[in-house]
Amino acid sequence: MVGKAMLVLFAWALTAWPAPVTAAERYVTVASTTSTEQSGLFRHILPIFEKKTGIRVRVVALGTGQALDMARRGDADVVFVHAREQEEKFLAEEYGVRRCDVMYNDFVLVGPRSDPARVGGGKDIVAAVRKIKEARAPFVSRGDRSGTHVAELKLWRLAGIEIAKEKGRWYRDTGQGMGPALNTAASMSAYILSDRGTWLSFRNRGELAILVEGDKRLFNQYGIMLVNPQKHPHVKREWGQAFIDWVTSSEGQRAIAAYRIGGEQLFFPNAARGNNPDAGSSSRPGA
Amino acid sequence: MNDIVLALGEALRLIGGLDAKLTGIVVLSLEISLSAVAIAAVLGLPLGAVIAVERFAGRQALIVLLNALMGLPPVVVGLLVYLMLSRAGPLGPLGLLFTPTAMVVAQSILILPIIAALSRQVIEDAWREYEEQLRSLGARRFDAALTLMWDTRFSLVTVVLAGFGRAAAEVGAVIIVGGNIDGVTRVMTTTIALETSKGDLPLALGLGMILVGLVLALNGIAHSIREAVQRRYG
Repeated sequence: MVGKAMLVLFAWALTAWPAPVTAAERYVTVASTTSTEQSGLFRHILPIFEKKTGIRVRVVALGTGQALDMARRGDADVVFVHAREQEEKFLAEEYGVRRCDVMYNDFVLVGPRSDPARVGGGKDIVAAVRKIKEARAPFVSRGDRSGTHVAELKLWRLAGIEIAKEKGRWYRDTGQGMGPALNTAASMSAYILSDRGTWLSFRNRGELAILVEGDKRLFNQYGIMLVNPQKHPHVKREWGQAFIDWVTSSEGQRAIAAYRIGGEQLFFPNAARGNNPDAGSSSRPGA
Repeated sequence: MNDIVLALGEALRLIGGLDAKLTGIVVLSLEISLSAVAIAAVLGLPLGAVIAVERFAGRQALIVLLNALMGLPPVVVGLLVYLMLSRAGPLGPLGLLFTPTAMVVAQSILILPIIAALSRQVIEDAWREYEEQLRSLGARRFDAALTLMWDTRFSLVTVVLAGFGRAAAEVGAVIIVGGNIDGVTRVMTTTIALETSKGDLPLALGLGMILVGLVLALNGIAHSIREAVQRRYG
Protein backbone atom coordinates (compact mmCIF):
# COMPACT_ATOMS: atom_id res chain seq x y z
CA MET A 1 0.00 0.00 0.00
CA VAL A 2 1.42 3.27 -1.09
CA GLY A 3 1.02 6.59 0.72
CA LYS A 4 1.87 5.28 4.12
CA ALA A 5 3.29 8.60 5.16
CA MET A 6 -0.04 10.39 5.04
CA LEU A 7 -1.99 7.47 6.39
CA VAL A 8 0.27 7.01 9.36
CA LEU A 9 0.15 10.71 10.09
CA PHE A 10 -3.64 10.81 9.88
CA ALA A 11 -4.22 7.61 11.82
CA TRP A 12 -1.95 8.88 14.52
CA ALA A 13 -3.68 12.21 14.67
CA LEU A 14 -7.14 10.68 14.75
CA THR A 15 -6.50 8.11 17.45
CA ALA A 16 -5.05 10.88 19.56
CA TRP A 17 -8.44 12.58 19.83
CA PRO A 18 -8.78 13.77 23.41
CA ALA A 19 -10.86 11.46 25.53
CA PRO A 20 -14.11 13.21 26.47
CA VAL A 21 -14.39 14.17 30.10
CA THR A 22 -16.27 11.37 31.78
CA ALA A 23 -19.80 12.38 32.65
CA ALA A 24 -19.22 11.06 36.13
CA GLU A 25 -16.59 13.67 36.94
CA ARG A 26 -17.96 16.19 39.36
CA TYR A 27 -16.42 19.61 39.08
CA VAL A 28 -17.09 23.29 39.55
CA THR A 29 -15.56 26.13 37.58
CA VAL A 30 -14.17 28.94 39.70
CA ALA A 31 -13.34 32.30 38.15
CA SER A 32 -10.57 33.71 40.25
CA THR A 33 -7.72 36.15 40.16
CA THR A 34 -4.17 35.80 39.00
CA SER A 35 -2.96 36.56 42.53
CA THR A 36 -4.58 33.48 44.06
CA GLU A 37 -3.47 31.21 41.22
CA GLN A 38 0.04 32.50 40.71
CA SER A 39 0.84 32.71 44.40
CA GLY A 40 0.32 28.93 44.57
CA LEU A 41 -2.54 29.14 47.10
CA PHE A 42 -4.92 27.01 45.04
CA ARG A 43 -2.36 24.29 44.51
CA HIS A 44 -2.05 24.16 48.28
CA ILE A 45 -5.71 24.18 49.35
CA LEU A 46 -7.63 22.55 46.47
CA PRO A 47 -6.27 19.01 46.88
CA ILE A 48 -7.59 18.99 50.46
CA PHE A 49 -11.10 19.94 49.31
CA GLU A 50 -11.04 17.58 46.35
CA LYS A 51 -9.94 14.67 48.49
CA LYS A 52 -12.65 15.34 51.03
CA THR A 53 -15.58 15.82 48.66
CA GLY A 54 -14.57 14.26 45.36
CA ILE A 55 -15.51 17.52 43.64
CA ARG A 56 -12.80 18.84 41.35
CA VAL A 57 -12.24 22.56 41.25
CA ARG A 58 -11.32 24.06 37.88
CA VAL A 59 -9.79 27.46 38.32
CA VAL A 60 -9.69 30.00 35.52
CA ALA A 61 -7.41 32.81 36.68
CA LEU A 62 -8.11 36.29 35.32
CA GLY A 63 -8.11 39.83 36.65
CA THR A 64 -11.05 40.54 38.96
CA GLY A 65 -12.91 42.60 36.33
CA GLN A 66 -12.55 39.86 33.72
CA ALA A 67 -13.39 37.13 36.22
CA LEU A 68 -16.65 38.88 37.09
CA ASP A 69 -17.44 39.36 33.40
CA MET A 70 -16.82 35.68 32.80
CA ALA A 71 -19.31 34.86 35.55
CA ARG A 72 -21.82 37.36 34.13
CA ARG A 73 -21.75 35.39 30.88
CA GLY A 74 -22.44 32.25 32.89
CA ASP A 75 -19.07 30.64 32.32
CA ALA A 76 -18.30 30.10 36.00
CA ASP A 77 -20.11 28.62 38.99
CA VAL A 78 -18.21 30.52 41.66
CA VAL A 79 -16.21 33.76 41.71
CA PHE A 80 -13.36 34.28 44.14
CA VAL A 81 -11.99 37.79 43.71
CA HIS A 82 -10.75 40.94 45.46
CA ALA A 83 -12.35 44.23 44.49
CA ARG A 84 -15.12 45.07 46.90
CA GLU A 85 -16.88 47.73 44.85
CA GLN A 86 -16.99 45.58 41.73
CA GLU A 87 -18.26 42.66 43.77
CA GLU A 88 -21.04 44.79 45.24
CA LYS A 89 -22.00 45.87 41.73
CA PHE A 90 -22.05 42.24 40.63
CA LEU A 91 -24.37 41.43 43.54
CA ALA A 92 -26.58 44.43 42.84
CA GLU A 93 -27.01 43.22 39.25
CA GLU A 94 -28.14 39.91 40.79
CA TYR A 95 -25.43 37.88 39.09
CA GLY A 96 -24.17 36.69 42.46
CA VAL A 97 -26.22 35.12 45.22
CA ARG A 98 -24.41 36.38 48.29
CA ARG A 99 -20.91 37.32 49.19
CA CYS A 100 -18.70 35.92 51.94
CA ASP A 101 -15.37 37.26 53.12
CA VAL A 102 -12.69 34.60 52.85
CA MET A 103 -9.30 36.07 53.62
CA TYR A 104 -7.16 39.13 53.29
CA ASN A 105 -3.64 40.13 52.72
CA ASP A 106 -2.23 43.47 51.74
CA PHE A 107 -0.78 45.34 48.85
CA VAL A 108 2.83 46.46 48.93
CA LEU A 109 4.57 49.20 47.01
CA VAL A 110 7.51 47.63 45.26
CA GLY A 111 10.27 49.61 43.60
CA PRO A 112 13.97 49.72 42.75
CA ARG A 113 16.39 49.67 45.69
CA SER A 114 17.95 52.87 44.35
CA ASP A 115 14.55 54.49 45.07
CA PRO A 116 14.76 57.62 42.87
CA ALA A 117 11.51 59.06 44.30
CA ARG A 118 12.70 58.46 47.91
CA VAL A 119 9.57 56.76 49.13
CA GLY A 120 11.27 53.92 51.02
CA GLY A 121 10.91 53.40 54.74
CA GLY A 122 7.70 55.37 55.20
CA LYS A 123 4.30 53.86 55.86
CA ASP A 124 2.15 56.49 54.19
CA ILE A 125 1.21 55.01 50.83
CA VAL A 126 -0.63 58.11 49.63
CA ALA A 127 2.40 60.33 50.28
CA ALA A 128 4.52 57.74 48.45
CA VAL A 129 2.48 57.77 45.25
CA ARG A 130 2.45 61.56 45.34
CA LYS A 131 6.26 61.55 45.50
CA ILE A 132 6.46 59.12 42.59
CA LYS A 133 4.30 61.45 40.53
CA GLU A 134 6.36 64.50 41.51
CA ALA A 135 9.64 62.75 40.69
CA ARG A 136 8.10 61.41 37.47
CA ALA A 137 9.71 58.11 38.40
CA PRO A 138 8.71 55.15 36.23
CA PHE A 139 5.59 53.44 37.55
CA VAL A 140 4.05 50.28 36.08
CA SER A 141 0.27 49.98 36.22
CA ARG A 142 -1.68 46.77 35.66
CA GLY A 143 -4.21 48.68 33.58
CA ASP A 144 -6.48 45.61 33.33
CA ARG A 145 -9.42 46.32 35.69
CA SER A 146 -8.01 43.76 38.12
CA GLY A 147 -8.47 44.13 41.86
CA THR A 148 -4.93 45.43 42.16
CA HIS A 149 -5.52 47.94 39.38
CA VAL A 150 -8.67 49.18 41.10
CA ALA A 151 -6.74 49.52 44.38
CA GLU A 152 -3.99 51.47 42.61
CA LEU A 153 -6.46 53.88 41.00
CA LYS A 154 -7.97 54.50 44.43
CA LEU A 155 -4.54 55.48 45.81
CA TRP A 156 -4.07 58.11 43.08
CA ARG A 157 -7.52 59.47 43.89
CA LEU A 158 -6.69 59.64 47.59
CA ALA A 159 -3.52 61.55 46.68
CA GLY A 160 -5.64 64.07 44.81
CA ILE A 161 -4.15 63.08 41.49
CA GLU A 162 -6.36 62.53 38.49
CA ILE A 163 -4.14 59.90 36.97
CA ALA A 164 -6.03 59.52 33.69
CA LYS A 165 -5.29 63.17 32.91
CA GLU A 166 -2.01 63.74 34.71
CA LYS A 167 -0.11 60.64 33.70
CA GLY A 168 2.98 61.18 31.63
CA ARG A 169 5.51 58.94 30.00
CA TRP A 170 6.63 57.85 33.45
CA TYR A 171 3.29 56.02 33.96
CA ARG A 172 3.37 52.74 32.04
CA ASP A 173 0.00 51.16 31.53
CA THR A 174 0.77 47.52 30.69
CA GLY A 175 -2.64 45.83 30.64
CA GLN A 176 -1.06 42.66 32.00
CA GLY A 177 -1.44 40.23 34.87
CA MET A 178 0.43 40.73 38.15
CA GLY A 179 3.37 38.51 37.22
CA PRO A 180 4.02 39.98 33.76
CA ALA A 181 3.62 43.48 35.20
CA LEU A 182 6.24 42.64 37.85
CA ASN A 183 8.51 41.32 35.11
CA THR A 184 8.08 44.63 33.30
CA ALA A 185 8.76 46.65 36.44
CA ALA A 186 11.85 44.56 37.19
CA SER A 187 13.29 45.15 33.76
CA MET A 188 12.71 48.93 33.77
CA SER A 189 13.40 49.46 37.51
CA ALA A 190 9.95 50.93 37.99
CA TYR A 191 7.63 51.27 40.98
CA ILE A 192 4.59 49.01 41.06
CA LEU A 193 1.74 48.12 43.40
CA SER A 194 1.57 44.37 43.99
CA ASP A 195 -0.44 42.09 46.21
CA ARG A 196 1.87 40.54 48.77
CA GLY A 197 1.08 36.96 47.77
CA THR A 198 2.22 37.32 44.18
CA TRP A 199 5.25 39.32 45.27
CA LEU A 200 6.35 36.62 47.72
CA SER A 201 6.08 33.89 45.12
CA PHE A 202 7.62 36.01 42.34
CA ARG A 203 11.09 34.85 41.35
CA ASN A 204 12.43 37.36 38.84
CA ARG A 205 12.80 40.30 41.24
CA GLY A 206 15.95 41.90 39.88
CA GLU A 207 16.56 45.19 41.72
CA LEU A 208 13.05 45.36 43.14
CA ALA A 209 12.22 45.34 46.83
CA ILE A 210 9.27 46.29 49.06
CA LEU A 211 9.50 50.03 49.79
CA VAL A 212 6.18 50.85 51.46
CA GLU A 213 3.97 48.48 53.43
CA GLY A 214 1.72 48.39 56.45
CA ASP A 215 -0.60 51.30 55.59
CA LYS A 216 -4.22 50.53 56.47
CA ARG A 217 -5.20 51.73 53.01
CA LEU A 218 -3.27 48.80 51.52
CA PHE A 219 -5.72 46.27 52.95
CA ASN A 220 -6.76 43.67 50.37
CA GLN A 221 -9.92 41.67 51.05
CA TYR A 222 -10.90 38.55 49.09
CA GLY A 223 -14.52 37.50 48.78
CA ILE A 224 -16.35 34.51 47.31
CA MET A 225 -19.78 34.32 45.66
CA LEU A 226 -21.95 31.70 44.02
CA VAL A 227 -23.15 32.73 40.57
CA ASN A 228 -26.91 33.19 40.64
CA PRO A 229 -28.61 29.99 39.36
CA GLN A 230 -31.68 32.06 38.56
CA LYS A 231 -29.68 33.99 35.97
CA HIS A 232 -27.78 30.94 34.77
CA PRO A 233 -29.70 27.71 35.40
CA HIS A 234 -26.74 25.48 34.50
CA VAL A 235 -24.72 26.78 37.49
CA LYS A 236 -23.66 23.85 39.67
CA ARG A 237 -25.31 25.26 42.74
CA GLU A 238 -24.81 22.36 45.10
CA TRP A 239 -21.14 21.73 44.37
CA GLY A 240 -20.33 25.41 44.09
CA GLN A 241 -21.94 26.01 47.47
CA ALA A 242 -20.01 23.03 48.87
CA PHE A 243 -16.78 24.74 47.83
CA ILE A 244 -17.84 28.08 49.31
CA ASP A 245 -18.87 26.39 52.55
CA TRP A 246 -15.57 24.58 52.78
CA VAL A 247 -13.39 27.62 52.03
CA THR A 248 -15.18 29.57 54.77
CA SER A 249 -15.26 26.61 57.21
CA SER A 250 -12.68 26.26 59.94
CA GLU A 251 -10.94 23.51 57.96
CA GLY A 252 -10.71 25.64 54.82
CA GLN A 253 -9.60 28.65 56.81
CA ARG A 254 -6.87 26.63 58.49
CA ALA A 255 -5.65 25.41 55.10
CA ILE A 256 -5.40 29.01 53.88
CA ALA A 257 -3.49 30.07 57.00
CA ALA A 258 -1.10 27.16 56.62
CA TYR A 259 0.09 28.27 53.19
CA ARG A 260 3.51 29.83 53.50
CA ILE A 261 6.40 30.72 51.26
CA GLY A 262 9.80 30.93 52.93
CA GLY A 263 8.13 30.89 56.34
CA GLU A 264 5.91 33.85 55.50
CA GLN A 265 2.12 33.52 55.56
CA LEU A 266 0.52 34.81 52.35
CA PHE A 267 -3.17 35.05 53.16
CA PHE A 268 -4.98 35.63 56.45
CA PRO A 269 -8.37 33.90 56.77
CA ASN A 270 -11.19 36.10 58.03
CA ALA A 271 -14.43 34.42 57.03
CA ALA A 272 -17.29 35.32 59.32
CA ARG A 273 -17.67 32.82 62.14
CA GLY A 274 -20.34 30.16 61.76
CA ASN A 275 -20.23 30.72 58.00
CA ASN A 276 -22.99 33.28 58.26
CA PRO A 277 -22.69 35.82 55.48
CA ASP A 278 -24.68 38.43 57.35
CA ALA A 279 -22.35 38.38 60.32
CA GLY A 280 -19.40 39.91 58.59
CA SER A 281 -19.45 40.25 54.87
CA SER A 282 -21.73 43.18 54.33
CA SER A 283 -20.99 45.19 57.46
CA ARG A 284 -17.30 45.67 56.82
CA PRO A 285 -16.46 48.93 55.07
CA GLY A 286 -14.72 48.51 51.72
CA ALA A 287 -10.97 48.19 52.02
CA MET B 1 23.42 34.09 29.47
CA ASN B 2 23.29 32.64 32.96
CA ASP B 3 19.51 32.34 32.66
CA ILE B 4 19.84 30.31 29.49
CA VAL B 5 22.24 27.89 31.15
CA LEU B 6 19.81 27.60 34.05
CA ALA B 7 16.98 26.98 31.59
CA LEU B 8 18.93 24.18 29.95
CA GLY B 9 19.45 22.66 33.39
CA GLU B 10 15.72 22.95 34.11
CA ALA B 11 14.86 21.32 30.79
CA LEU B 12 17.18 18.41 31.47
CA ARG B 13 15.90 18.08 35.03
CA LEU B 14 12.29 18.02 33.80
CA ILE B 15 13.00 15.44 31.13
CA GLY B 16 15.19 13.37 33.45
CA GLY B 17 12.61 13.42 36.23
CA LEU B 18 9.91 12.24 33.82
CA ASP B 19 7.47 14.16 35.94
CA ALA B 20 3.94 12.70 35.63
CA LYS B 21 2.46 16.17 35.53
CA LEU B 22 4.76 17.29 32.73
CA THR B 23 4.02 14.10 30.79
CA GLY B 24 0.30 14.82 31.10
CA ILE B 25 0.79 18.34 29.78
CA VAL B 26 2.93 17.13 26.86
CA VAL B 27 0.43 14.40 25.93
CA LEU B 28 -2.49 16.84 26.08
CA SER B 29 -0.62 19.35 23.92
CA LEU B 30 0.07 16.69 21.30
CA GLU B 31 -3.49 15.36 21.38
CA ILE B 32 -4.95 18.80 20.86
CA SER B 33 -2.58 20.01 18.16
CA LEU B 34 -2.59 16.71 16.26
CA SER B 35 -6.40 16.56 16.35
CA ALA B 36 -6.58 20.12 15.11
CA VAL B 37 -4.12 19.46 12.31
CA ALA B 38 -6.03 16.32 11.30
CA ILE B 39 -9.31 18.23 11.08
CA ALA B 40 -7.72 21.14 9.26
CA ALA B 41 -6.01 18.76 6.81
CA VAL B 42 -9.16 16.77 6.08
CA LEU B 43 -10.99 20.01 5.25
CA GLY B 44 -8.13 22.17 4.01
CA LEU B 45 -6.36 19.89 1.53
CA PRO B 46 -9.47 19.17 -0.60
CA LEU B 47 -10.46 22.81 -0.33
CA GLY B 48 -7.03 23.88 -1.58
CA ALA B 49 -7.23 21.34 -4.42
CA VAL B 50 -10.66 22.48 -5.54
CA ILE B 51 -9.65 26.12 -5.58
CA ALA B 52 -6.48 25.19 -7.47
CA VAL B 53 -8.20 23.45 -10.39
CA GLU B 54 -11.68 24.93 -10.53
CA ARG B 55 -12.53 28.24 -12.18
CA PHE B 56 -15.41 30.17 -10.65
CA ALA B 57 -16.50 33.72 -9.96
CA GLY B 58 -14.78 35.23 -6.94
CA ARG B 59 -11.94 32.74 -7.08
CA GLN B 60 -9.22 35.39 -6.99
CA ALA B 61 -10.89 37.10 -4.08
CA LEU B 62 -11.11 33.78 -2.24
CA ILE B 63 -7.40 33.14 -2.81
CA VAL B 64 -6.50 36.57 -1.45
CA LEU B 65 -8.79 36.00 1.52
CA LEU B 66 -7.29 32.59 2.32
CA ASN B 67 -3.76 33.96 2.02
CA ALA B 68 -4.64 36.83 4.29
CA LEU B 69 -6.26 34.52 6.85
CA MET B 70 -2.91 32.76 7.25
CA GLY B 71 -2.05 35.79 9.36
CA LEU B 72 -5.11 35.41 11.57
CA PRO B 73 -4.11 36.45 15.10
CA PRO B 74 -4.61 33.54 17.53
CA VAL B 75 -6.11 35.88 20.12
CA VAL B 76 -8.83 36.92 17.69
CA VAL B 77 -9.64 33.29 16.89
CA GLY B 78 -9.67 32.56 20.61
CA LEU B 79 -12.07 35.40 21.30
CA LEU B 80 -14.42 34.41 18.49
CA VAL B 81 -14.54 30.79 19.62
CA TYR B 82 -14.91 31.96 23.22
CA LEU B 83 -17.91 34.13 22.40
CA MET B 84 -19.50 31.28 20.41
CA LEU B 85 -18.98 28.70 23.17
CA SER B 86 -19.64 30.95 26.15
CA ARG B 87 -22.87 30.16 28.01
CA ALA B 88 -24.15 33.50 26.76
CA GLY B 89 -23.15 32.60 23.19
CA PRO B 90 -25.04 30.67 20.50
CA LEU B 91 -23.29 27.36 21.23
CA GLY B 92 -23.28 27.85 24.99
CA PRO B 93 -25.65 24.98 25.83
CA LEU B 94 -23.05 22.52 24.53
CA GLY B 95 -20.95 23.35 27.58
CA LEU B 96 -17.74 23.10 25.60
CA LEU B 97 -15.98 26.16 26.95
CA PHE B 98 -12.81 25.40 28.94
CA THR B 99 -12.52 21.89 27.50
CA PRO B 100 -9.83 20.36 25.26
CA THR B 101 -12.47 20.13 22.51
CA ALA B 102 -12.81 23.92 22.49
CA MET B 103 -9.05 24.17 22.11
CA VAL B 104 -9.10 21.76 19.15
CA VAL B 105 -11.83 23.85 17.50
CA ALA B 106 -9.85 27.06 17.94
CA GLN B 107 -6.63 25.59 16.61
CA SER B 108 -8.43 24.00 13.66
CA ILE B 109 -9.87 27.37 12.67
CA LEU B 110 -6.45 28.94 13.08
CA ILE B 111 -4.60 26.52 10.81
CA LEU B 112 -7.30 25.69 8.26
CA PRO B 113 -6.43 28.76 6.14
CA ILE B 114 -2.73 27.90 6.30
CA ILE B 115 -3.27 24.38 5.02
CA ALA B 116 -5.85 25.43 2.42
CA ALA B 117 -3.83 28.38 1.11
CA LEU B 118 -0.48 26.56 0.91
CA SER B 119 -1.96 23.40 -0.63
CA ARG B 120 -3.82 25.56 -3.16
CA GLN B 121 -0.50 27.04 -4.25
CA VAL B 122 1.28 23.68 -4.41
CA ILE B 123 -1.52 22.00 -6.37
CA GLU B 124 -2.05 24.95 -8.69
CA ASP B 125 1.62 24.95 -9.62
CA ALA B 126 1.37 21.26 -10.48
CA TRP B 127 -1.88 21.90 -12.37
CA ARG B 128 -0.16 24.51 -14.55
CA GLU B 129 2.51 21.98 -15.37
CA TYR B 130 0.28 19.00 -16.12
CA GLU B 131 -2.98 20.61 -17.22
CA GLU B 132 -2.61 19.77 -20.92
CA GLN B 133 -1.45 16.27 -20.24
CA LEU B 134 -4.30 15.57 -17.85
CA ARG B 135 -6.83 17.11 -20.20
CA SER B 136 -5.55 15.04 -23.14
CA LEU B 137 -6.14 11.95 -21.00
CA GLY B 138 -9.72 13.13 -20.66
CA ALA B 139 -9.50 13.68 -16.91
CA ARG B 140 -12.27 15.75 -15.40
CA ARG B 141 -11.26 18.50 -13.02
CA PHE B 142 -12.27 16.43 -10.02
CA ASP B 143 -10.09 13.49 -11.06
CA ALA B 144 -7.32 15.90 -11.94
CA ALA B 145 -7.49 17.36 -8.44
CA LEU B 146 -7.15 13.91 -6.86
CA THR B 147 -4.26 13.00 -9.15
CA LEU B 148 -2.48 16.24 -8.40
CA MET B 149 -2.97 15.83 -4.65
CA TRP B 150 -1.38 12.44 -4.95
CA ASP B 151 1.48 13.74 -7.09
CA THR B 152 2.24 16.55 -4.70
CA ARG B 153 1.78 14.46 -1.54
CA PHE B 154 5.30 15.06 -0.27
CA SER B 155 4.91 18.81 -0.54
CA LEU B 156 1.51 18.51 1.11
CA VAL B 157 3.06 16.72 4.08
CA THR B 158 5.23 19.80 4.53
CA VAL B 159 2.11 21.95 4.32
CA VAL B 160 0.48 19.88 7.05
CA LEU B 161 3.62 20.13 9.17
CA ALA B 162 3.54 23.91 8.81
CA GLY B 163 0.00 23.81 10.17
CA PHE B 164 1.06 21.59 13.03
CA GLY B 165 3.92 23.92 13.90
CA ARG B 166 1.55 26.86 14.09
CA ALA B 167 -0.91 24.91 16.25
CA ALA B 168 1.69 23.60 18.66
CA ALA B 169 3.33 27.00 19.04
CA GLU B 170 0.33 29.25 19.60
CA VAL B 171 -0.82 30.30 23.04
CA GLY B 172 -3.24 33.17 22.40
CA ALA B 173 -6.23 31.08 21.32
CA VAL B 174 -5.94 28.11 23.68
CA ILE B 175 -5.43 30.21 26.78
CA ILE B 176 -8.73 32.01 26.13
CA VAL B 177 -10.92 29.05 25.18
CA GLY B 178 -9.19 26.58 27.47
CA GLY B 179 -8.76 28.82 30.49
CA ASN B 180 -5.39 27.22 31.34
CA ILE B 181 -7.04 25.00 33.96
CA ASP B 182 -4.54 22.87 35.83
CA GLY B 183 -4.86 19.22 34.81
CA VAL B 184 -7.67 19.86 32.34
CA THR B 185 -6.70 22.40 29.69
CA ARG B 186 -3.13 23.30 30.60
CA VAL B 187 -0.82 22.66 27.67
CA MET B 188 2.84 23.39 26.97
CA THR B 189 2.43 26.93 25.70
CA THR B 190 0.02 28.02 28.44
CA THR B 191 2.32 26.50 31.07
CA ILE B 192 5.17 28.52 29.62
CA ALA B 193 3.02 31.66 29.77
CA LEU B 194 2.09 30.91 33.39
CA GLU B 195 5.66 30.26 34.53
CA THR B 196 6.75 33.46 32.80
CA SER B 197 4.04 35.27 34.76
CA LYS B 198 5.39 33.85 37.98
CA GLY B 199 8.81 35.15 37.04
CA ASP B 200 10.26 31.66 36.90
CA LEU B 201 12.05 32.36 33.63
CA PRO B 202 14.42 29.36 33.67
CA LEU B 203 11.52 26.92 34.13
CA ALA B 204 9.53 28.69 31.38
CA LEU B 205 12.46 28.57 28.99
CA GLY B 206 13.18 24.97 29.95
CA LEU B 207 9.61 24.03 29.02
CA GLY B 208 10.08 25.98 25.79
CA MET B 209 13.11 23.88 24.96
CA ILE B 210 11.11 20.71 25.49
CA LEU B 211 8.36 22.03 23.21
CA VAL B 212 10.84 22.86 20.48
CA GLY B 213 12.39 19.43 20.93
CA LEU B 214 9.00 17.76 20.50
CA VAL B 215 8.16 19.67 17.33
CA LEU B 216 11.63 18.83 16.05
CA ALA B 217 11.14 15.14 16.81
CA LEU B 218 7.77 15.05 15.04
CA ASN B 219 9.22 16.76 11.99
CA GLY B 220 12.10 14.30 12.07
CA ILE B 221 9.68 11.36 12.11
CA ALA B 222 7.64 12.82 9.25
CA HIS B 223 10.81 13.46 7.28
CA SER B 224 12.14 9.93 7.70
CA ILE B 225 8.81 8.38 6.73
CA ARG B 226 8.77 10.53 3.65
CA GLU B 227 12.35 9.60 2.75
CA ALA B 228 11.65 5.92 3.25
CA VAL B 229 8.52 6.02 1.12
CA GLN B 230 10.26 8.03 -1.56
CA ARG B 231 13.14 5.56 -1.74
CA ARG B 232 10.80 2.63 -1.90
CA TYR B 233 8.32 3.90 -4.45
CA GLY B 234 10.43 6.54 -6.18
